[in-house]
Amino acid sequence: MFPACRYSLQARRCVGALKAVQAEHVAPQVCSTRSSSSTLSRITTHYSVYPRDKDPRWEGVEMERFADEADVVIVGGGPAGLSAAIRLKQLANQHEKELRVCVVEKASQIGAHTLSGACLEPTALSELIPDWKERGAPLNTPVTEDKFSILTEKYRIPVPILPGLPMNNHGNYLVRLGHFVRWLGEQAEELGVELYPGYAASEVLFHEDGSVKGIATNDVGIAKDGSPKDVFERGMELHAKVTLFGEGCHGHLAKQLYKQFNLRGNCEPQTYAIGLKELWVIDEKKWCPGRTEHSVGWPLNRNTYGGSFLYHLNEGEPLVALGFVVGLDYTNPYLSPFREFQRWKHHPSIMSTLEGGNRIAYGARALNEGGFQSIPKLTFPGGMLIGCSPGFMNVPKIKGTHTAMKSGMLAAESAFSKITDENLQSETAGLYIPEYEEAFKKSWIWKELYSVRNIRPSFHNYFGLYGGMVYTGIFYWILRGKEPWTLKHNGLDADQLKPAKDCTPIEYPKPDGKISFDLLSSVALSGTNHEHDQPPHLTLKDDSVPVAQNLAIYDGPEQRFCPAGVYEYVPLETGDGMRLQINAQNCVHCKTCDIKDPSQNINWVVPEGSGGPAYNGFSMIV
Amino acid sequence: CFAPFLCLRPPQIRVKPDRTGVVTDGVKHSMNPFCEIAVEEAVKLKEKKLVKEVVAVSCGPQQVQETIRTALAMGADRGIHVEVSGKDYETLGPLQVSKIFAALAKKEQADLIILGKQAIDDDCNQTGQMTAALLDWPQGTFASEVTLEADKLKVVREIDGGLETIKIKLPAVVTADLRLNTPRYATLPNIMKAKKKKIVNVKPADLGVDVSSRLEVLKVDEPPQRQSGVKVETVHDLVEKLKEAGRI
Repeated sequence: MFPACRYSLQARRCVGALKAVQAEHVAPQVCSTRSSSSTLSRITTHYSVYPRDKDPRWEGVEMERFADEADVVIVGGGPAGLSAAIRLKQLANQHEKELRVCVVEKASQIGAHTLSGACLEPTALSELIPDWKERGAPLNTPVTEDKFSILTEKYRIPVPILPGLPMNNHGNYLVRLGHFVRWLGEQAEELGVELYPGYAASEVLFHEDGSVKGIATNDVGIAKDGSPKDVFERGMELHAKVTLFGEGCHGHLAKQLYKQFNLRGNCEPQTYAIGLKELWVIDEKKWCPGRTEHSVGWPLNRNTYGGSFLYHLNEGEPLVALGFVVGLDYTNPYLSPFREFQRWKHHPSIMSTLEGGNRIAYGARALNEGGFQSIPKLTFPGGMLIGCSPGFMNVPKIKGTHTAMKSGMLAAESAFSKITDENLQSETAGLYIPEYEEAFKKSWIWKELYSVRNIRPSFHNYFGLYGGMVYTGIFYWILRGKEPWTLKHNGLDADQLKPAKDCTPIEYPKPDGKISFDLLSSVALSGTNHEHDQPPHLTLKDDSVPVAQNLAIYDGPEQRFCPAGVYEYVPLETGDGMRLQINAQNCVHCKTCDIKDPSQNINWVVPEGSGGPAYNGFSMIV
Repeated sequence: CFAPFLCLRPPQIRVKPDRTGVVTDGVKHSMNPFCEIAVEEAVKLKEKKLVKEVVAVSCGPQQVQETIRTALAMGADRGIHVEVSGKDYETLGPLQVSKIFAALAKKEQADLIILGKQAIDDDCNQTGQMTAALLDWPQGTFASEVTLEADKLKVVREIDGGLETIKIKLPAVVTADLRLNTPRYATLPNIMKAKKKKIVNVKPADLGVDVSSRLEVLKVDEPPQRQSGVKVETVHDLVEKLKEAGRI
């Protein structure tokens, strides 16, 4: 049998390191000790900031791309994208029509970038694949116990979950969402969907009339300093009659599309939270499969939205999935969501479950909280938005998978009728399908999100958490969201930070190595890795802004909100001042920096495909 | 030209609760880095028109097909998937694999077998050598350069003392070392084209090979936790601490 030893890990790292040394274009390390010249001290080298057509190093390099045609291209192999693909093929087979459906996914395998709690409501799944049980869908843990509490530093105050409250989980399943997504991928392949994991969509392509033509996958073989390597190859173009964008929360292509087609003109800006998660193997005596626990309160103060989850999974060994969510509209730049998570685990009620256990995985991802008020326009010529990308999460339920899947199915149904309509006369080369948005507004997603629309914004009051709970109790439980008003959010999350001088630093306890841990050992458990010799994919519009603004005014909040230790302010070699060091290899693709950067200077773009976390059966998405 | 390669798991692994091995469920299988180099070398030889056909071979369960596709996308012409799954796959080691490769080499009348020098999950470094012995073919292991000169192969080998150049007659077995080449990316258009290339399924029994293992794994353990070190201020303290620990 093959020994699980560090040896192989070291060997692999050795291979990687040696390959780096032998590479022709040895890119100078950003934190070099040489005196700085204008190119060496550059943090950002990505071509999205420094275009290649003006770059002398790219002269003469073949930039033509191979192109292929499909009927529908789907960006993102998550619950929304795969549900759309499955639905399209189901309809095609039913109506005996040929339909080429291609899914591109940046993770090296389907499900590897998926991270979620997760407590799955099986409504959409039962609509999509009614015989999911016979087909072996990995829904192995029905919810048996549901607990909700308010935590104080030492105590736990149980809150009764009355039927009808959104956090009632009867009928739902605790799942490892990555495994579920993997299973969806298998169902899709069986139906004839072409899945291409390991290939990231990095560019949206447009027809001359401005409609979406398709996408192009990432180029490979660009060195860290932005120059072409020997193995440079252009990505490929996939053209489609309509392209579905299911990139998950805060997708980078969706970000461009919002601007391009002004999709957010009539809605509030999206608001977000960051969710951090760990998987633990615990002492069997403490394991109660099916138990679902949620908490609010400690360690967050009443004005910082957030809470925790702890799910006992029934997957053969005594596994629990636990995590912590912090609303990204927090105001104190000294807040570290990661350290709040680690601190929360020391609460007596949580520690009692974890003591004697072993942490086996870690991950983090941003999630959308804007709900109803933040839904953008969903369709534009040539494309549609599905899933958590536009954002359909039911915040009080903390569930977005069922709505994401349903949105994928609705998009598929409207796309199918349009594509197979023989008498279709489209005004634009890329199909414009407003029927999707109409179907969406008539669906149960709309009703569901409408009914809970006021719960999250109700936290913006002096009493914070408690005001919100009172509001939920009165207006949701009694009135089911039928009140005639719609509360507003507070604006962009990035604008919420107060200057550091107006805030108090938070004293976090040191990790004890048994229950709480330091950041770097946690990142190692996410399995994240990237080809190191590529331009950092956390690009800065202006390299000077981090020190001049983020550090000067907010004390560098990115050092704290990044759950993977990507951003570090280190002293300059010359001794006077600091510089930002970006450890792009650590990135777990959570998108928090793009969301929360107060200067909105960070633009997350997709790295070379296959890079990123390797969540295995993680439920945050894994 | 044969480019057999291994499919293995990435470093983030856990020992199974029953200590018989590691958890492989859900872990991505990918091509062994040294075998990637081997496939690249084979494709380069074909591009130089020195070999007619590159056949990619791998032994294992269904997932192995994806990795064969990657080899096809890099430029191999066709694939052979030797199906080994379940318990047999868990105990599959260099001896069984080399028997399979030897049988296939005879069947396909291969002139050259190129594989990675070792797999990074077991670090055995045995398959190439055993295959050559079973076939009674010469071997050029740890190759960092391979040149075809008429019907002989000049191989520069990386050895502890430096570089050794040997000339071996064909047919031969070569194992690839790190500096042999830089493998190309398997780009998406090539992956799509690779879907049309053939992969043939074969069972070890069809080749007359018995894959039962002669080894029994008694137990698998995680390496011992690294103890934290202690920082000392002076040399005197260091000497004291060493004495305390009974080291001097």
